[in-house]
Amino acid sequence: MAGHSQRNKIAAGKPSQRGAEESPFIKWLLIVIALGFSFVFLLLPLANVFVQALAKGWDYYWSSLAHPDSRAAIRLTLLVAGISVPLNVVFGLAAAWAIAKFQFRGKSLLITLIDLPFSVSPVVVGLMFLLLFGLQGFWGEWLATREIQIIFALPGIVLATVFITFPFVARELIPVMQATGTEQEQAALTLGASGWQTFWHVTLPSVKWGLLYGIILCNARAMGEFGAVSVVSGHITGLTDTMPLRVEKLYNEYNAPAAFAMASLLALLALLTLALKTFLEMKQAREFDRAQVAMPEVSDVGKQ
Amino acid sequence: MSIELRNVSKTFGDVNAVNNVSFSVQDGELMALLGPSGGGKTTVLRMIAGLEMPTSGDVLIRGRRVNDVPVQQRNIGFVFQNYALFKSMTVARNIAFGLKIKKWKKRDIESRVAELLQLFGLEGLDRRYPHQLSGGQRQRVAIARAMAPGPSVLLLDEPFGAVDAKIRQELREWLVTLHHDLNVTTIFVTHDQEEALEVANRIVIFSRGLLEQVGAPREVYEQPANEFVARFIGVMNVLEPVVEGGVARIGELEFPAHGQGDGQKLRIGFRPYAVQISSDLTHYRYHAVLRHTFFLGVLLRVELELPSGLIIRARMTKEEYSNQGLYDDCEVSFQIRQFRLLATDQAPLQPEEDLKYQVPPVIGDNI
Repeated sequence: MAGHSQRNKIAAGKPSQRGAEESPFIKWLLIVIALGFSFVFLLLPLANVFVQALAKGWDYYWSSLAHPDSRAAIRLTLLVAGISVPLNVVFGLAAAWAIAKFQFRGKSLLITLIDLPFSVSPVVVGLMFLLLFGLQGFWGEWLATREIQIIFALPGIVLATVFITFPFVARELIPVMQATGTEQEQAALTLGASGWQTFWHVTLPSVKWGLLYGIILCNARAMGEFGAVSVVSGHITGLTDTMPLRVEKLYNEYNAPAAFAMASLLALLALLTLALKTFLEMKQAREFDRAQVAMPEVSDVGKQ
Repeated sequence: MSIELRNVSKTFGDVNAVNNVSFSVQDGELMALLGPSGGGKTTVLRMIAGLEMPTSGDVLIRGRRVNDVPVQQRNIGFVFQNYALFKSMTVARNIAFGLKIKKWKKRDIESRVAELLQLFGLEGLDRRYPHQLSGGQRQRVAIARAMAPGPSVLLLDEPFGAVDAKIRQELREWLVTLHHDLNVTTIFVTHDQEEALEVANRIVIFSRGLLEQVGAPREVYEQPANEFVARFIGVMNVLEPVVEGGVARIGELEFPAHGQGDGQKLRIGFRPYAVQISSDLTHYRYHAVLRHTFFLGVLLRVELELPSGLIIRARMTKEEYSNQGLYDDCEVSFQIRQFRLLATDQAPLQPEEDLKYQVPPVIGDNI
């Protein structure tokens, strides 16, 4: 859902007024089509999730979520997101910093690599890790003799999730950092600030909204990822099932209300993400306008 | 001696940005680093600040070699070309930044910030963000921020580059006053020779990474070390006459041969103010048509076209122009009072000499 966040943001920035000049019939036709489509394909299914989840009442809803296996799935999902999001914040900051503030050979290669997870099918990502760390995989034997379990365990799920969500933070930060340049950091250095103080007081505040935006998208994807995690998790109930995997399993077990109850949590997460995303976009657009404001040269020096 | 550069060079890849530069700046000086863009002046400024490391040579501040001293410990104030104000901080927090880093007490910071706001005419703007300020205000905030921790030297990179012409003039005067009041050693970079001449009390001139001359404004204007300086500081007519029969000629103009044999080429340079013009055609030796007049304020610059097509630039006051009743396309007589022999390859210039063989002035004064 969030693959093209950057482009959407730019497109959404300046609404065109041209539509108002078309004939009223075309205008209304287009609006009805767009609204109808979103209603049938987006809103209706989403509403259906909550209707189905509550089909057997609130009590069943709560008790299905309180099931030990479901609670384990929620815990695991939170844990995986809790590990992979901070990791990708660090990677993303480092990658964006390197790309925006330094000139080096292989920069365009790095940018392409950052985008790689967007273009690889999640199932392939899962298989890739399976072939690297699985029992029959490249390092399988080496890991097995040392009793290090990666596939069908938490490390495998985290690895797959980190890979899938790698681009989000970096992609959000690169344009913001490029727009800011390096002069503010240099100014901080000349004022005596250490590298760390400069990062903390100057760099981070200037990218905070972009960073938060990236974190939110990264988190939503980390919690919702199915394909890659499905391949590496092994579907061990109560152990390696994340929320999306649990939804699938419950549904396959003909426990639709419980599956939808779990799905409703993911849907709520999506709605929350959407709300936060809209809020942050507004914030960021305002910051961007500030940075871009043409500098009006008001003659004021003489007024001292 | 406040700052000294000894044989400093800086290369970026294959590019020699700064080539074996040595000069020193005295305590309390207001020094300009002047040169065309790409001349290496900003790189020199950044090496003094510690934002760039010299490839070879030494940078000394107060007699201490600072090559290995990081920028944070050099006690310099740096004002960036585009000011580089912290966008997410108010004016007051921008100015307080260096003091907070130096762990000043809160009360001391507040009083220092208030003092600077007042000194820089920024009262009432302390809660504004940089994007809410005008260009001139931004520059003053940038200088106030750099001055706050009490640096031993203030470095400014193209301080007047980002504002329009009118404010630039006001800022120049303001910088001179500020320097006079605070008496802190100040070095600024500019590509505008007029700016350097007007503001600085000494000028270092660079071109293509080489130091061409160091001197007071009057010195570099009146005794340029070489042709580059002569042409960069102010306007200069440059002619290349060929020696024939013991006299160097170009078009109608004749100059002494300076001991050169026939067929040799000389390079002659003279300032526009060395050309004297009269509407009386018998007054001076050469004749020309006054082609264009450029109004520069009190002074005018005129272009003279000789019958041979040679163009010479001259300068005169407004009074001179109107007293003589000059107008575009009128015929005039003129002489070149002083000129220099220019070396062909940027060697030191010969001193100026007076032209000896002239038609003696006829009756009537020549203003």
